[in-house]
Amino acid sequence: MNMKDNILVLIFGAVILTMPLWAGIVGAGYPDLLQKFAIFGLFAIGFNILFGFTGYLSFGHAAFLGIGSYTAMWSFKLLTMNAIPAILFATAVSGLFALAIGFVALRRSGIYFSILTLAFAQMCYNMAYSVLTPITNGETGLTLTAADPRILDAATTEGLPSTEVFGMGLSGYHGFYFCAVILIIGFYISVRLYRSSFGLMLLAVKSNQNRMKYTGLNTKPYLLSAFVISGMYAGLAGALMVVIDPLAGAERMQWTASGEVVLMTILGGVGTILGPFIGAIVIKYFENIFSAFNDAVLNQVFDFLPDFIQGIWVSFASLFVGKGWHLTLGVLFMLIVIFLPGGAMEGFRRIAAKFKKEKEAHSAGGAE
Amino acid sequence: MSSILTVEGVNKNFSGLKALDDVNLVVEEGSVHAIIGPNGAGKSTFLNCLVGRLIPDTGTVLYYGNKPEGETLFGLPPHEINQKGISRVFQTPEVFEDLTLFENAMIPVMAHLDGSYRFNSWGGVLSRGEIADAAEHILSDVGLLEKRNMHSGSLSRGDKRRLELAMCLAQDPKLLLLDEPTAGMARADTNNTIDLLKKIGEERKITKVIIEHDMHVVFSLATKVSVLARGHIIAEGAPQEMKGDPRVQEAYLGGAHL
Repeated sequence: MNMKDNILVLIFGAVILTMPLWAGIVGAGYPDLLQKFAIFGLFAIGFNILFGFTGYLSFGHAAFLGIGSYTAMWSFKLLTMNAIPAILFATAVSGLFALAIGFVALRRSGIYFSILTLAFAQMCYNMAYSVLTPITNGETGLTLTAADPRILDAATTEGLPSTEVFGMGLSGYHGFYFCAVILIIGFYISVRLYRSSFGLMLLAVKSNQNRMKYTGLNTKPYLLSAFVISGMYAGLAGALMVVIDPLAGAERMQWTASGEVVLMTILGGVGTILGPFIGAIVIKYFENIFSAFNDAVLNQVFDFLPDFIQGIWVSFASLFVGKGWHLTLGVLFMLIVIFLPGGAMEGFRRIAAKFKKEKEAHSAGGAE
Repeated sequence: MSSILTVEGVNKNFSGLKALDDVNLVVEEGSVHAIIGPNGAGKSTFLNCLVGRLIPDTGTVLYYGNKPEGETLFGLPPHEINQKGISRVFQTPEVFEDLTLFENAMIPVMAHLDGSYRFNSWGGVLSRGEIADAAEHILSDVGLLEKRNMHSGSLSRGDKRRLELAMCLAQDPKLLLLDEPTAGMARADTNNTIDLLKKIGEERKITKVIIEHDMHVVFSLATKVSVLARGHIIAEGAPQEMKGDPRVQEAYLGGAHL
């Protein structure tokens, strides 16, 4: 970590913590949405430690998200409504699962690794729906009940309890700040990792495994460590989901959820420190905007057109909004991959380079 | 002089094709031992048998780098072989192309200091002064220090070879294996590589085994030459003797046992 990284983390922290003040300007000033930014941002930052640093594309990280959620729920049900033990347990348990899954999946690389992780995640998903129903409560999902034992604090709460941190409730903006603090810590850890000897080894794995082996380095434990760390980030993100909203369902382990974090990372910039977080925000922000549109809103937007043209436009545009917002996401993703393979971060770099050039040209012109 | 590597009676078949046929060889410590031969003579197979990458059908290869009684390397993964003090450069230079030269040089230094795995995830890599110093030192040894912040993927082939050699030297190996170190290089790059290898030879006592078919390289560097043809060692001796040996010329002109 050098000075520049410290400043980056400080600015990052300041931007995140002040979000409730300015997010309203761009129409994102709801605690629900800001919580999503923080949680999925954390998920993507952790995913990037595996995919971005080592180049190993896991297609099953949603499994750890789900495992984190269920673990946190059980911590709420059995121990206490305090969120701290819940997130600690969730991180540890998802780490253990990542160790087991990673140990097997990392016997292969490339597409075979991706397929293996996908298979494991689907296995977890299907087991949560079938044989593990006593633990996961199947389709209904795991919820809090007044009858939960909660051996540490059942006596002090009445009725259906809510999550808290040492007495502070975690709904609304309180919940956001809780997630935000954890996000900033997660970001700080990922920057430190990136700059460490270990981080350099992960980049080396991505660059040339053969040279690495012939330099006396064992790639397997490096990969497994990265896999476990990113699995723990995912478990932590899953725990935060139930801290905010104490309901854990198996659907968050589905392969589409694994795919989403891949999209976030690529959209923002694979292997960059900040990119995955930006990708997560972009996706969650546009999801919020586009999925809220319906035909009535569209009719209003195209009201200035003659009636029959308005009808055509509305029915065309409605393909891309509401439930069809994934179509928009698909188009956005294609555009990014084709024109900006390095994601949003590459876009920023290009813009910065252009400005620099213009400035140089300007100052050169001035000197003449 | 003691030997660092001995090869006894090594045979290797590939589905009926005899790639190596009763090969015996002794590599003396501190020598530059060239193994030459025409294409298809079994040079690469032989090199792979030396480092345990291929397991011969019969015969033994013993390495004396660490233990006076010798040890076999068969079946060991590449990183363990490397940690025993055997480094290797490849026909096509293998470096970390996405990383800077400086990062490339730091990685073998860390492998040398930390072993094959160490979870050192908190301290910044640059805060470990001894690593940065050693990396800079080794880059300046091969004349690449001024390019330290370039990405190694953008280097010329000759410079990549320099970097790869630097990375091997950073580990302070006992035995350095070079698989056609000048293959595919322009004459100027070839001469530069030869000069560099000579310089390295003067500064450090590292035993080298060179697989090569460029005679210019062999006669500039080797202290001993073994000629491999059709899986046999057909001649062995000082480079000057080999130059005029009719068996060698026959093998190279394509007349051997056809």
